[in-house]
Amino acid sequence: MSTRRIFAQPARYAAIAPYLWMVLFFLVPFVFVLKISLSQTAIAQPPYVPVFDLSEGWSAIKAAFAQLSFDNFRLLISDSLYISSYLRSVVVAVTSTLILLLIGYPIAYGMARLPQRWQPIAMMLVIVPFWTSFLIRIYAWINILQHDGLLNKVLLALHLVSSPVVWLSTDTAMYLGIVYSYLPFMILPLYATLSKMDSSLLEAAADLGSSPRQAFWLVTFPLSLPGVGAGALLCFIPIIGEFVIPDLLAGSGSMMIGQTLWLEFFTNKDWPVAAAAAVALLALLVPPLLLYDRLQRRRLGDAK
Amino acid sequence: MARHVNRLSPFNITALALGVAFLYLPIVILVIYSFNASRLVTVWGGWSLRWYQEFFNDRAMLDAAWMSLRVGAVSATIATLLGTLAAVGLVRGERFRGRTLFSGMLYAPLVMPEVITGLSLLLLFVALNAERGFWTVTIAHTTLTMCFVTVVVQSRLASLDRSLEEAAMDLGCDPVQAFVRVTLPLILPAIAAGWMLAFTLSLDDVVIASFTTGPGSATLPIRIYSEVRLGVKPEINAICTIVIALIAVLIVIASLASKLSSARGESAAPL
Repeated sequence: MSTRRIFAQPARYAAIAPYLWMVLFFLVPFVFVLKISLSQTAIAQPPYVPVFDLSEGWSAIKAAFAQLSFDNFRLLISDSLYISSYLRSVVVAVTSTLILLLIGYPIAYGMARLPQRWQPIAMMLVIVPFWTSFLIRIYAWINILQHDGLLNKVLLALHLVSSPVVWLSTDTAMYLGIVYSYLPFMILPLYATLSKMDSSLLEAAADLGSSPRQAFWLVTFPLSLPGVGAGALLCFIPIIGEFVIPDLLAGSGSMMIGQTLWLEFFTNKDWPVAAAAAVALLALLVPPLLLYDRLQRRRLGDAK
Repeated sequence: MARHVNRLSPFNITALALGVAFLYLPIVILVIYSFNASRLVTVWGGWSLRWYQEFFNDRAMLDAAWMSLRVGAVSATIATLLGTLAAVGLVRGERFRGRTLFSGMLYAPLVMPEVITGLSLLLLFVALNAERGFWTVTIAHTTLTMCFVTVVVQSRLASLDRSLEEAAMDLGCDPVQAFVRVTLPLILPAIAAGWMLAFTLSLDDVVIASFTTGPGSATLPIRIYSEVRLGVKPEINAICTIVIALIAVLIVIASLASKLSSARGESAAPL
């Protein structure tokens, strides 16, 4: 045990630099977001009234708290634009996650049943698109989906449609883009649980008289639920705040909360409201993040 | 009787084939059309390198590409250093004060929407009165990508046999020497893979870069993004193909690195 003590000392100090970095560039910025979401909108540079000045000590802090304004949040609640983008984010994230599960599960299942030496190759095939630029992959779809793009050409040639279908700037295109981009995030955790599953359980089920289909629903599927949960959350959480995909592929009708934040910030230059939208988005993410954390912990606990 | 349970069914094979086709077809189409001679993106006019030439004559795009490569290289290097240190601290260090907070901070950016990370960093830079440009984007990318590096290095380090280091120390190494001479060479492939992942992620990011960059220092994705919003241009196909080729080379190197690491008897990290 004494050797472990010797280990611990220098290893512990290794964390100091990254720790400080994360506090400075991850934690502290959130404090600023909170602070600015509670400050008044002003048309100036920087476009908000500072409400905090630590150099003036305790009285300044007290004065600052007295000045805090919840106007931005009141605006978020009263304006239907924010409520609807909030709701749309949830609807889009839930729908996409369900589609991803439906498409990702059979693929992960097929991968887990491949002969042992092909499995790493299949995994590589799934990971490579995840490495390939996400913006470029969305752009590739614009090529295909545009009015005189490949999809319409194929459909016309096969006489499936009589005139070009509008794909671009529709919700269909957006869901397609989201499913395409997040598919690896769904497949990998599913594959991880499915490939670790003990096949003797299935043999036992077969010996006891269950058909392959019954065995799947009674044995495989329930055992893969942790992977389903991890995959679903891994997709759901970032999709909620998605900006690039809906901006490029969806119509201009209704926006997701990430787009609203972007619009407030870059177009309306209303930083306090943008900050308030960020806080609201964060609040939306806390429950799934906590859930994901618990799932991860349980999985790590199982591994030990 | 029991043998059929693990066989591939036609359904499995169809799912796999469709899945792979879905993932790769759009990219393949993009690459093919980048060699299209026609000005119209959708009309095939024969093979040509015209749009590549166009890109190499486009000053603004080249500047953006150079900016992206610099940001990617510098941020990936800092992120790899910090991420490796973080992984060592988390795996080899005993419990220390704020360990939960630390690992929480390292996991959060992996799933946090980029608009939040971008906006919050920008507000910090404004409060610090930092001039926005190369360094602010680099710091932002470092913050995001070091979390990915930590995950990659951490999983490799956790699967490593501790007794190797203990043996080195029994033979007279101090802990730092044992780490540098025994552990570091063993986790080097994971560190290399982490660097490449960080570089790729930085090369890909639009949202965080848009928030943290200043006027006149756009990265390549920012430029591509603003072009794409205006409509499809064949030149963009060529640029995208170059980026894909660059990333493909990096992936080959990374997979060779992880092969090397599994050849050394340990299972490789999943990324």
